[in-house]
Amino acid sequence: MNCGVCTAICPAAEFYDYDPRMIAGIVQSKDEERIEELLKSDIIWYCGECMSCKTRCPRGNCVGLIIMALRALSQDLGYFAESEKGRQQLAIKRVVGENIVNKGYCILPENLVPEMHPEQGPVGEWIYENKDEVYKRVGANYRGDGNGALRQIPQESLDEISRIFEVTGGYDRFEKIEHFSKKKAEDMGFHEGDNNYSDYVNHVFTTNNGKHNKQ
Amino acid sequence: MKKEGKAQVWQDYQKEIADDHYFYVRSCIRQNFFPGSEQTFLKILRSELNKDIYENPHHTSCSGIGYHSDIVPFETIQTIVARQFALMTEAGYRNLAVSCITSFGIYNEIIETWKEFPSELAKVRGFLKEATGREFEVPQNVAHASDIVYKFREKIGEIGKYKLVNHKTGEPLKIVEHIGCHYAKMFPSKGVGGAEFPHVLVGMIEAWGGEVIDYPERRHCCGFGFRQYLVMSNRGYSVSNSRKKFESMQPYKPDAIVSNCPGCPMFLDRWQYVINEMEGKTYGENGQGIPVLTYEEMAGLVMGYNPWDMGIQMHQTNVEPLLDKMGIEYSPELKYAGTDGKIIGHPAMIGCGC
Repeated sequence: MNCGVCTAICPAAEFYDYDPRMIAGIVQSKDEERIEELLKSDIIWYCGECMSCKTRCPRGNCVGLIIMALRALSQDLGYFAESEKGRQQLAIKRVVGENIVNKGYCILPENLVPEMHPEQGPVGEWIYENKDEVYKRVGANYRGDGNGALRQIPQESLDEISRIFEVTGGYDRFEKIEHFSKKKAEDMGFHEGDNNYSDYVNHVFTTNNGKHNKQ
Repeated sequence: MKKEGKAQVWQDYQKEIADDHYFYVRSCIRQNFFPGSEQTFLKILRSELNKDIYENPHHTSCSGIGYHSDIVPFETIQTIVARQFALMTEAGYRNLAVSCITSFGIYNEIIETWKEFPSELAKVRGFLKEATGREFEVPQNVAHASDIVYKFREKIGEIGKYKLVNHKTGEPLKIVEHIGCHYAKMFPSKGVGGAEFPHVLVGMIEAWGGEVIDYPERRHCCGFGFRQYLVMSNRGYSVSNSRKKFESMQPYKPDAIVSNCPGCPMFLDRWQYVINEMEGKTYGENGQGIPVLTYEEMAGLVMGYNPWDMGIQMHQTNVEPLLDKMGIEYSPELKYAGTDGKIIGHPAMIGCGC
C-alpha cells in the first residue's frame, strides 16, 4: 500500500520539502545505503510528531512513529550531526533535557528570554520581567514548596528522576548527543571556550539556510 | 439510518470518564503560560462540584516534550510515567486526571503498549524498582481534564452566571473549537467522539449556549510540532500552520477560539500578534484579534469568575471583546495589577493589532 494519504494530511509536508510516504518507502526498501543517507539528512527532522498520519492511514500505520525510530537511530550513530536540522538536538537537550533532570519540568519561565522568544510578544516580556508577581497573582506557586503550578520539585524526587535516566538509558542518549555534537562543533571551527560550546549551541538554535521549504 | 441506529453508533464514540476521586497531574506548558487555568479547573471541581481531586507535590513532568523532540528514549518516559502511577497508587487513587494533551497521549500510548506487550510492562516495573524502589498499579481510568469538564458541563451550565451568548442580541456566540492533536488522533477510542467527531469541546460550547463553527481546517494541527517551535530557526513551521487555520476560520467570523490543549491556545494567541507584526493582518473584528481561551477559562467565565484571577491578562490577543459580548463586568485598571492590586507595570503593547 502506497496511497500517500499521510502526505496529504501532513502539516510538515505542506511547509517543508517533505514527503512521509517517501519515508515509509525508503524504510521498507531495506536499502542500507538509502537508509543511511536518510539518517544523515535534514528530512527526518521535518516531522512535527502531531501524528495526524496515524488517524488517516487506511492500514493504521504511523509515519510519525517511524520518524521517532529513525531519529533515535540517527542519534545513536551520531548521524544527526551531519544535517543542519539534526544538529539542533544539542540545543533541545541543553534546555529541555537538562530542565527535566535538574528541575522536573520540560520548560520553565526563566527559559522564555524575550530575545530568544520574540513571538511571546510584549505580554510575554511583561510576564518574564515580573515573573514572581504575575505568577503569584494567578494562583501559581512559582518556586515555592508544596503543591501548585510551577512549584519547586523536591530534591528527592529529582534524584529519582535522575536515577531513572541512569537505569533506562536516558543519560546514554544525552551523552551521545553531547559527544557527537562536540566533535561536529570542532570540525566546524567552534571551540569549547568557557561556556561548553555555547557559541555552537546558539548557532544551531538560530541557523536556517533557507533551503528546507518547498520552492 | 434510523434514529436508534445513530444512537447506537454514537455509543461507540463515547468513553468512560470517572465520576470522582482523581489524581491530578499538571502540564509543563500550562503551568508556564496559563497556570490560572489549572487553578480554575481545581476550583471548579473542588468548590463547585465537590469532587475529590488530589495533587502530590512529588509528581514531575512526564518528560513528554523531551520524548516528542526525541531526546528522551521510550524506556525512560515509560519509567517516569510509571513513577507517576506509583505516586497515585501510594496515595490510594485509581483515576488519573491529566492536564496536558501531550501527556494524555503518552499515558495512553504507554498503557496500550503494556497491554500489547506485557513484557514491556514487566521491564518497566523492573526499571522503576531499581531506580526508586517503587511499585505501581496501572490506572483504572485515564481522563483528560477536558473530559472531566465535559462530563459535568450541564451542571456547570446550571450553576453558572453567564452564557456563551451575546447579551445584547441574544444570539449564540460563534466559537471555533480546536482539539489538541494527541487527544485522539493516535488513539481515537480514548477521546470523546474519537478522532473523527471530537465532541469534548463541542459539548461544552453547546451546553453553555454557544454555537460551534465548522470550517475547512478545523482538524489541522496548530503547528506546535515540538522541535518546530522549540528551536528558534524552525518557528516558520509553527506560525505557518496556525496561519492556515486563521485564514480558513476567518470567513465564519468567530467570536472566540477555545482549545483543550495546553500549547495550542498559547500558539493561536501569540501567532496572531506575530502575523500582525509580519503582515499587518488581523483576523477578528474591528482590527482586533480573535480572542483565544483555554477550556478552563471558558468554564470559569461561565461560572462568573474574575478574568484576571484566572490569568486572562497573560494572553497577548485581547479577550475583552468576548467579555463585552458576554456582558461580563471587569476592571480594566486592574488587568495588569499584581496581588492586592499592586501596580507592577504593564506590557509595552497589548492586543495583536496596533
